[in-house]
Amino acid sequence: MRIVVPIKAVPDLVEEIELTADETGIDREFLAFVVSEWDAQALEEALLIKDANGAEVVAAGLASDPDIDQALYTAIAKGADAAVKITGGEGEPVLTGERAALLASYLASEPADLVVTGVQAADDLDGQLPPMLAARLGWPHVSVVVGIAATDGAITARQEFAGGRVHELAVRLPAVIGVQAARQAPRYAPISRVRQAMQAGGLREVAAEPSRGAPAPVVRRMFRPERTSRAEMLTGSTDDVAEAIVGLLRGRGLVKG
Amino acid sequence: MSNAVLVLAEHDGKQISDSTYELLGAARGLAAALGGTAEVALLGPRDLAGQLGGADVVVSVDHPALAQYLPQASEVALLAVVAERSPRLVLTTCATPGLDLAAALSVRWRAPLAAYVVALDVADSAVVATAQILGGKVLAELELPGEHGIAAVIGGAFPAAAGRGDRAPEIAEVTPPAELDELAMSLVQVTEPQGGDVDITTAELLVSVGRGIESEDNIELVQDLGDALGVPLSASRPVVDAGWLPKTRQVGKSGLTVKPKAYLAFGISGAPEHLEGMRDAELVIACNTDANAPIFDVAHYGTTADLFDLVPALTEKLDQ
Repeated sequence: MRIVVPIKAVPDLVEEIELTADETGIDREFLAFVVSEWDAQALEEALLIKDANGAEVVAAGLASDPDIDQALYTAIAKGADAAVKITGGEGEPVLTGERAALLASYLASEPADLVVTGVQAADDLDGQLPPMLAARLGWPHVSVVVGIAATDGAITARQEFAGGRVHELAVRLPAVIGVQAARQAPRYAPISRVRQAMQAGGLREVAAEPSRGAPAPVVRRMFRPERTSRAEMLTGSTDDVAEAIVGLLRGRGLVKG
Repeated sequence: MSNAVLVLAEHDGKQISDSTYELLGAARGLAAALGGTAEVALLGPRDLAGQLGGADVVVSVDHPALAQYLPQASEVALLAVVAERSPRLVLTTCATPGLDLAAALSVRWRAPLAAYVVALDVADSAVVATAQILGGKVLAELELPGEHGIAAVIGGAFPAAAGRGDRAPEIAEVTPPAELDELAMSLVQVTEPQGGDVDITTAELLVSVGRGIESEDNIELVQDLGDALGVPLSASRPVVDAGWLPKTRQVGKSGLTVKPKAYLAFGISGAPEHLEGMRDAELVIACNTDANAPIFDVAHYGTTADLFDLVPALTEKLDQ
């Protein structure tokens, strides 16, 4: 079974996010980027399938994504068999629809049995990748998946609903799965192994045919949410803050004594 | 094209979800502004239409494959509905069916989609959606150009009351598409969530922990505080996904909704997914080193103290 895992770099939310001068986008110049957390979960789930059943796992990133080499080498260090860097996009494909178009073109040239990727990304404006990619490929898809079991020519995917109800679905391949969480926490790749992967090289570039995505929404402006009901900040030493919190709880009868 | 606003109903085969009423309330306001009708796509048992008295029209596709939610079945049925009704705007949730269907519909119906929408307006006959991205740190005002558009709306963005009603909506039946008989997927089994060791939804006070706790070993630190207060630990999604606390402790859209008298949030940034599950707590006290973290928008009191200093200090005070 060949499993392709599309990986996306997203702004690190720990960082301060700046808007562009015209306020229609995110200023990406000084931003740090990290692998989308859901894609990290998806990679883990793909590697778990490989561990259990044997599979060829290919991590796929867009060449235009910031720091994508590091992300792809990390995927190899974790156990991916190969990594590809997809070229052909014009500039930075900010919209998911454009990303889906490039990945669909890549998958037409190098078919997969299963595509496993993050259910969403923090900067999705125009929708999520798994259903968009599946719709382009004409494949079935399931999102919000918390576990995949592979059998012959099919998989079962556990789809989660609000409140924790889970549907177990049998899905014929090929298919696209949007992962919410892997069955276990993403494995760790020691820096030495990542370095080793980098030294070995082996990122393969593949040219994809850019084509139009779905019609996209037009960004009129971006802005920061208004802080209408901002928290009252407790100040002073740690001890002062602790005292204030205990006082608040005691005032509501939530602390005995 | 019509000026209808069509809501995708979510249900478990028996009950229409509260989120559907939130969307329907929004749809009624938008339909009035556009001069169209508020319609609901009911993909599944037709008798559920009785719960949709807030709609002008219930567009019904009934077929055995739709008895319980199945992504591919709902997708082909929804395509049949939009082909027949040609609405100006389709509204879905950002929960599981919405996450499956909105983006797929965008590609297959060739209509622009705004995801994670918190507000919707009609201005000069254009539909404008305000979307929340980057964990709630940025809002984007998006116009949905063209004849059709789709908005996937975050839970809690609109009140559910406005979507309820006791009218007798017109029932428009749409013939189930033939693809429903040749699907590439089937439902094997449904598992309801198991009762856990503790029920966090009934606790008066919760000590909740997020990604800021950094590692499983550090959970003990907040557990000590929980023990000192005699209350259970709850958590945001990343902590549960990492396996550091069980699923039964997860607060948020994909977990449980809690309304305690007080909610102590340590190292929780306040992603929309989490806020959906705890914003109605009577008192929220948040501790996060990032002064701009969205959790401070819903918290009543906040501190940027380091949780690794503050939590032991709190435990010590309570143990005195």
